[in-house]
Amino acid sequence: MSLSLAVDAGGTFTDLVLTDTASGHTWIAKTPSASDPTEAVPDGIAKVCDAAGAGRGAIASLHYGSTAALNVLLTRRGATIGLLTTAGFGQILHLARSQTPGPLVGWLSWVKPDPLVPLELTREIPERVRADGTVEVPLDTEAARRAVADLAERGAEAIAVVFLHSYANPDHELQVRRIAGDMAPDLHVTLSHEVLPEYREYERAMTAVVNTYISPSVSRSLQAFGSRLHAEGLDCTVNVVRSDGGLMSSDAAAVRPVETIVSGPSGGVAGALAVATAAGFADILTLDMGGTSTDVSVCTGGEALISRDTVVGDHPVRSPSVDVRSIGAGGGSIAFVPELLRGLRVGPASAGAEPGPVCYGRGGDRPTVTDANLVLGRLPAGLLGGEITLDREAAERALSLLGSDLDMSAHETAQAVVDIANEKMAGALRIMSVERGLDPRDYTLVAFGGAGPLHGNALAGLLGCFPVLVPPSPGVLSAYGFHTVGHRNTFSRTLIRELRAGKDKDVTKAFSEMVDRAQAWLNAQGLTGGVLAYTCDLRFLRQGYEIEVAVPTGDGGEVLIDALAERFRSEHQRLYGFVPEAPIEMVNVRVEARGPAAHIAPKPQTVVPGDGDQARASTEQVYQQGGWTEAGVYERDHLRPGDAVSGPAIITQTDTTTFVHGGHVAVTDAWANLLISPEDSK
Amino acid sequence: MTAEAAAVDLATLEIIESALLNIREEMDAVVLQSAMSPIIREQHDEFPLVTDAAGNMLVGQFGSYVPLLLETFGDEIRTGDVILQSDPYLCGGAIQHTPDWLVLAPIDFDGERVGYASMFGHVLDCGGTVPGSMAATATSIWDEGIRIPPVKLFAEDRLNVDVLRIILNNSRTPEMNEADLMALVAACRTAATRVQDLCRRFGTATYQRACDALLQRTRDAMAAIIARHIPTEPVNFTDVVDDDGQGNGPFEMKLTVWREGEKAFFDWTGTDPQAPGPINLATHEGMFKMFVGIYLIMAFDPEISFNEGFHDLIEVILEPGSLVSPEFPAPLGLLNITLARHFDVIQGVLALCAPEFAAGAGYGSSPALTYSGTDDRGEYFQLGEISYGGLPGRPAGDGMDGHSWWPLFTNIPTEYIESYFPVTVQTYRSIPDSGGAGHRRGGNGVEKVYRFDSDGEITIQDDRWQSRPWGWAGGLPGDLSHKMLHRAGGETEHLPSKCDVVAVEAGDSLSFITAGAGGLGDPLRRPVESVLRDVRGGLVSPEAARRHYGVALTEDLQVDEAATEQLRRSGGSDSD
Repeated sequence: MSLSLAVDAGGTFTDLVLTDTASGHTWIAKTPSASDPTEAVPDGIAKVCDAAGAGRGAIASLHYGSTAALNVLLTRRGATIGLLTTAGFGQILHLARSQTPGPLVGWLSWVKPDPLVPLELTREIPERVRADGTVEVPLDTEAARRAVADLAERGAEAIAVVFLHSYANPDHELQVRRIAGDMAPDLHVTLSHEVLPEYREYERAMTAVVNTYISPSVSRSLQAFGSRLHAEGLDCTVNVVRSDGGLMSSDAAAVRPVETIVSGPSGGVAGALAVATAAGFADILTLDMGGTSTDVSVCTGGEALISRDTVVGDHPVRSPSVDVRSIGAGGGSIAFVPELLRGLRVGPASAGAEPGPVCYGRGGDRPTVTDANLVLGRLPAGLLGGEITLDREAAERALSLLGSDLDMSAHETAQAVVDIANEKMAGALRIMSVERGLDPRDYTLVAFGGAGPLHGNALAGLLGCFPVLVPPSPGVLSAYGFHTVGHRNTFSRTLIRELRAGKDKDVTKAFSEMVDRAQAWLNAQGLTGGVLAYTCDLRFLRQGYEIEVAVPTGDGGEVLIDALAERFRSEHQRLYGFVPEAPIEMVNVRVEARGPAAHIAPKPQTVVPGDGDQARASTEQVYQQGGWTEAGVYERDHLRPGDAVSGPAIITQTDTTTFVHGGHVAVTDAWANLLISPEDSK
Repeated sequence: MTAEAAAVDLATLEIIESALLNIREEMDAVVLQSAMSPIIREQHDEFPLVTDAAGNMLVGQFGSYVPLLLETFGDEIRTGDVILQSDPYLCGGAIQHTPDWLVLAPIDFDGERVGYASMFGHVLDCGGTVPGSMAATATSIWDEGIRIPPVKLFAEDRLNVDVLRIILNNSRTPEMNEADLMALVAACRTAATRVQDLCRRFGTATYQRACDALLQRTRDAMAAIIARHIPTEPVNFTDVVDDDGQGNGPFEMKLTVWREGEKAFFDWTGTDPQAPGPINLATHEGMFKMFVGIYLIMAFDPEISFNEGFHDLIEVILEPGSLVSPEFPAPLGLLNITLARHFDVIQGVLALCAPEFAAGAGYGSSPALTYSGTDDRGEYFQLGEISYGGLPGRPAGDGMDGHSWWPLFTNIPTEYIESYFPVTVQTYRSIPDSGGAGHRRGGNGVEKVYRFDSDGEITIQDDRWQSRPWGWAGGLPGDLSHKMLHRAGGETEHLPSKCDVVAVEAGDSLSFITAGAGGLGDPLRRPVESVLRDVRGGLVSPEAARRHYGVALTEDLQVDEAATEQLRRSGGSDSD
């Protein structure tokens, strides 16, 4: 038996999914995370190996994702780092893009986050490269030497080097690396053109600086993780999950951790795609609703959309990531009545895990979305298989108090809180789809995370995106997703030029250089059967944003410029509804290399139509459309493929609860997914 | 169902409001992604708006100009029509200079008018005597390019090609303007579709009642704020615009505020007459009310929705023929400067009413540079860039160095500028000590040094080169703005803050310095460690630390505790 293990080390829980790579069979385990994410791992491995009845020696590979890098950044516990810039631009982080938030007078109350590198650890180095890559002022190597020595003396563990136009000519940045290597071999050095060889200096600087800031602690943590595995008797390859839903080697992740910051959400989307495509749905919206926030994404044709820009906390980072939008509405979002407006608002403030919702009885006294769901009868009295008991009366008191301000009963208030939270999520999903020229009604909603299956039915109603698909283990979908992805790496560079009809040898040459690098990388990883995808960012001359378009090539590998231009125009028409009469300009060219994924999809089981009565545990009163109705409570574990459960119904399982609205039916399919649709559409 | 005739339930109300906010966000997204002018695209000089059928603004940043625009237009507006207009004098100042192009589309559902979507954006050029269409030398609006009266750009979804041709023929940058215009239209159409979806989902009657309720509850909240914070005794505040670019000035702006019953009065009487030069501000009453409203909301309860439900609670008094209510055909191109000062005055007068507004003045302008010419391949180029400066010390903390007073505006990346224009940016930094000292330090102004790599001409607009941005409650004023042209031959010319078409040659460089901001509160109360951090970061000099903050530092930038204590005890300044 050859096994593969996925570990998703989150803030609250560490999820493990073990897969038999031959049969596709999986075993799961969930264990509380410790302050050091690696500490939870031995316990988790013991649990999951016991479940599988397997020895650790059988685990051949391990896919690892963790929120460690993200937390280091969000809690500002990264390294002391220095920054070298082109002379005249030392305040690049301080001035940022000069932007203050809206609306008008937003600056009056805005608290500007401190840059990750203080000005006193920034040094300007005389040197200048022009936009075309020519050198106007050679690097002052003596100044660079002094700066490195000075920063190291002041305690910098790592430095970032950000010189203007280094994407067009990286020589000066490379020289600094050699200088630093000679002087201080232990210093981590991040060169901006290596993390992002694209123009726009602030975004490149931020990407380089974030990388520098987290790299010492991430590389230490990966080392500790490796040692821990070794001590546990695991001697397997460790791959780290990237933000774009690919894998990278542990060594590469230690050097470019910025590419792994949002690995958790990317795993969730990959997992959702895997279960949905296996069940025959290639176009999906994902809804990952947790305690404090909800992540949503749009996937078309079985592929996640990749965004080049991500904002992590206060930090804009230009690194490929699965295009996930985070909304400040989760189970723990607090409902309140603003003093002067007398409206009802939900979030973004959250009760978090501590004190948590009122019903957790841990000191929370402000009603949350979870409290509202409980009062409406949609949640059972215990969560996580009885580990947490919920205090329904306390939740009702809190909502009743809130409602008394608004002349609403506890139940009406609870209903309003849930509806408002749903509208926020629907709005985010709608904007996301519309921005991409897509119609949500053509999509299937995949609901997961602790609270996603409670809200999925209502959201699909708002967006018209039935059926709702609830995967078999919605609480560990991200770890499951880690199994479904292969190695991935992106090679890009800025190449600004107008597209002219006919052939362009320079463009073809730029691609063939990147193909060589991509191929060399695939070989170095020992990957066979890799796939290369060519894309480029195009825009109309001087337009603000680029559209990424797949690049058509001819037999000899030459780029077909005319076909490319046509593809761009039709994409522009689709996205924005018009096509200007303007020259087209290429900005960035990119080759993405993907290794094969080892994932084996589970086999479908036989479907036998049934009513799920064997899984019915009890009957509860639920509040719907202004009144109380009876709802069946079902145990998910006892539902069989083909069972159709009519709403209103509550379907419980250890890691989540699914609510099926009246007039809807939830069918268990051949892969054990729940598919919820309106009754009349059967 | 008797309840149905009554008010809309709260959940529906919140949902419709949330949906309207999403619509606004979507309009921005559509425009930002497909507009071409860097002023819209990189600097976000574009403003969306959705109104109800009567033209009341439901979401947006500015008060609605729609009723007046409809009145001016006169003709019936049919489904599928799109109105375009750019004449400030024909819309009561809804747009305030000719490069702002405004489009408006009706929103109809089931044969009924349910609202309007509108948006304006700043196009790069609309003709006139100088590139960019904002000539400091303009003596009337006839010098400021094409003025488009309200016309149907689309009549029932059909593009009026002839109108478009005439308009674009009057711009130095027709392709960009066309793309910008179509982006604005696309945004309005998106908004219309979304509002129609809401009507379909909730029913038109419910949607309309919800709109009414949203307006009403903002009015109620604002009434409470006005009653609490606006005094019945008049208070006033005065500030100046330095000059009009033609040797006239300074121009005083005076605002007096008081409350009578539930109404607040904002009276500009005492403001100087309109200027011969183009700094006149055509104030739109609705827009002014919204500005005041936003100030109050942001300071007292940001949960309050911005809509114009409260407009009858505010009375505005403007003297025709004054700087804030000029008469046709006074030139308007540089109104942004007066607009900025008018915000300083609003801020100052509100600070007298409520300590939540206690803050200094910011860089007080919209500093702009235009550089145009013909490059070595014989192609015309035109770079337009807006700069930023110091933001005031405020209750929430220090003022930002070199940031934008105007929300969401961004600077243009140097790597972008240098990729497209024959120019090299040699320095981009904030200037030490240019922000006024204070318990909360005023933000520093910025210096950007451009080296021109091709012959061409430059146009500059700025202010605060003679009157320093004031501090508050013991905070010191910020430094003045300044423009220096260093000729390749070695001599330096000091340029006025407003000048048109100055010829430059390859190798000349321009040092473009913006004003700092005023500080808030006594500098001697500023924590020593904050002063130390500023000095070590190069934002404040050791001399200023000593002189203004009473903080003595050693050679290697450590705090000299004893000397500091003595300085601070003796009232700070060691009298140099």
